[in-house]
Amino acid sequence: MTSSPVPAAAVSCRGLVKRYPDVVAVAGIDLEVRTGECFGLLGPNGAGKTTTVEMLEGLTTPDAGTIELLGQSWGRGDERSLRRQLGVHLQETKLSEKLTVRETVRLFRSFFAAGREVEEVIELAGLQEKRGARVGKLSGGQKQRLALACALVGDPKLLFLDEPSTGLDPQARLRVWEIVEQFKARGGTVILTTHYMEEAARLCDRVAIVDHGRVIALDTPAALVASLGASQIVSFTVDGELPEAALAALPGVRGVARQEAAWVLSVDQAGATLPALIALLESGGLRMDALSTHQATLEDVFVHLTGRGLRDQ
Amino acid sequence: MTSRPDNGALLELTRARILEFVREPEAVFWVFVFPVLMAVALGIAFRSQSGGRTQVALLAAGPPAARAELQERLQASPLLDVKVMDEASAALALRKTRVEVIVAVDAVAEAGAPPALTYRFDGARAEGRAARLLVDDVVQRAYGRGDAVTARDEDAPRRGARYIDFLIPGLIGLNLMGSGLWGIGFSVVIARTNKLLKRLAATPMRRGDYLLSIALSRLLFLGLEVAAIAGAGRLLFGVEVAGSIALLGLVSLLGALSFGGIGLLVAARPRTVEAVSGWMNLVQLPMWLLSGTFFSYERFPEFALPFIRALPLTALNDALRGVMNDGLGLAALWVPVLILLAWGLAGFAVAVRIFRWQ
Repeated sequence: MTSSPVPAAAVSCRGLVKRYPDVVAVAGIDLEVRTGECFGLLGPNGAGKTTTVEMLEGLTTPDAGTIELLGQSWGRGDERSLRRQLGVHLQETKLSEKLTVRETVRLFRSFFAAGREVEEVIELAGLQEKRGARVGKLSGGQKQRLALACALVGDPKLLFLDEPSTGLDPQARLRVWEIVEQFKARGGTVILTTHYMEEAARLCDRVAIVDHGRVIALDTPAALVASLGASQIVSFTVDGELPEAALAALPGVRGVARQEAAWVLSVDQAGATLPALIALLESGGLRMDALSTHQATLEDVFVHLTGRGLRDQ
Repeated sequence: MTSRPDNGALLELTRARILEFVREPEAVFWVFVFPVLMAVALGIAFRSQSGGRTQVALLAAGPPAARAELQERLQASPLLDVKVMDEASAALALRKTRVEVIVAVDAVAEAGAPPALTYRFDGARAEGRAARLLVDDVVQRAYGRGDAVTARDEDAPRRGARYIDFLIPGLIGLNLMGSGLWGIGFSVVIARTNKLLKRLAATPMRRGDYLLSIALSRLLFLGLEVAAIAGAGRLLFGVEVAGSIALLGLVSLLGALSFGGIGLLVAARPRTVEAVSGWMNLVQLPMWLLSGTFFSYERFPEFALPFIRALPLTALNDALRGVMNDGLGLAALWVPVLILLAWGLAGFAVAVRIFRWQ
């Protein structure tokens, strides 16, 4: 890496807008990603995460707004020198099935003047036993790790990951996370999109929650969860009408939200709230269904803010 | 961390494309095996027809003694192959051009006198008219007509005058067009559908390198393609290359690069394999019909010839035939060579500008 002074913000953008004929994909997004941090864009499908990231990557031209990456901008000056410092992982890229793992990494390595050794990156991605295998024969998780290897082989300062673990089983997801954590440990900056709150919570230093092309909350995962003012979530459905005020008045309840048919209560202590809730329902002659309680997560923050789940359409 | 100049990218991209191609057995079949099979089949089909002797049907009906005598006299000629047939099968054979002329013995005035004959043939076909003249000549001589003028025949076979000699260069041209367009079109569009092009565009790869590597990777296969067809022509049918092999190589190279440029242009925008297939067929259709692969395009009307000659496949076929059949040098082939260059460069230049990376 060069010894030139690194700007404090690895990436910053102001007022990003992207309109398509039928939809406004990004409706004005401002972000500031610090050098060395892992920054997450969390939101449901169609929230505008991919469009935002592809504008940052210089693959999509914004209709409005400014972007600065590592002190440079797209469309001005030497784009290739900027691309040499970026590692990009796109959603849904299918690498050539006829090439082997080693041939694929070698090809991507050839695009970079400086970078990491092919074998080193293959090992980093845990593909050393598959280095001679055709890409078409790899499992989903192995393909995803190969895509990461191709993104890392140029030794980037800034790594973009668009839904890096979507569609993977938990074990494969864990291995992807480990690769990203190793990159962070080397001092790299990561911008990651995901609709898995576990992924955002584990990898990200800060998370922007995105919905309908806007950032609706931005903070560390812990601070976002703490903003609920509650540590536990109680959700249930009932077979009749229930006044929201009555729920809000129950002991320990910090917030009340609807997620489709279900009521979602943010509470300090489920144990303290539940007896009162049951008493309330009995007095109204209502029957409770589908009761569940869990520790508050980023998902609950999203539900609280939007009334929808991350994986709802 | 290692450092090396990134101009290895062009080489690596070309290498990757070559590996992808040779690992696709169907592609190898269509590029190498199919044209050779086609050359063999057509070569055999047309060789048996132009075997030298003119095929004649002699009707079995008519006075038997006169018919038998005529048959004997016709069969004495080394130029004719005579078969006795009934009316129906003779008519069928004429329709299928298995015979060129039917000879019927109508009547005999008296025993031993020359018979009265009818020739039935397709006067619209040059072969039919020639067969009628030939048969009549044999008959008239056999029954006593003498020659008024002494003439001597001199056999001067032109090199490369057989149909198969004409066909082999055409098949090479056709194959260079097909493999150039299909080979490039499909792989580029599939890479686009798979978002691989977008992924490549996100790297510091020079975009021109990718397009150039596609054209370059064709060069390796080109040699093999041309060698497969020309080799099959030579081994099976004795089709010789009259001109220089180096010039044949150069013309093939130009042809491959020309169709490489056109292939890139066709593949520059489409997002689906179906769309690119349609465009490929549309681009190739006029050349399949007009460019003189299987028969000479000189048969088309005069006013259409300049247009036909400007098509890249026509130019390629003309240049290949010039080298293989007529033994011409580069100086005599500058027109088709320039046409090929122009198509290739224009295709490449426009493709680079309008290429869709995502």
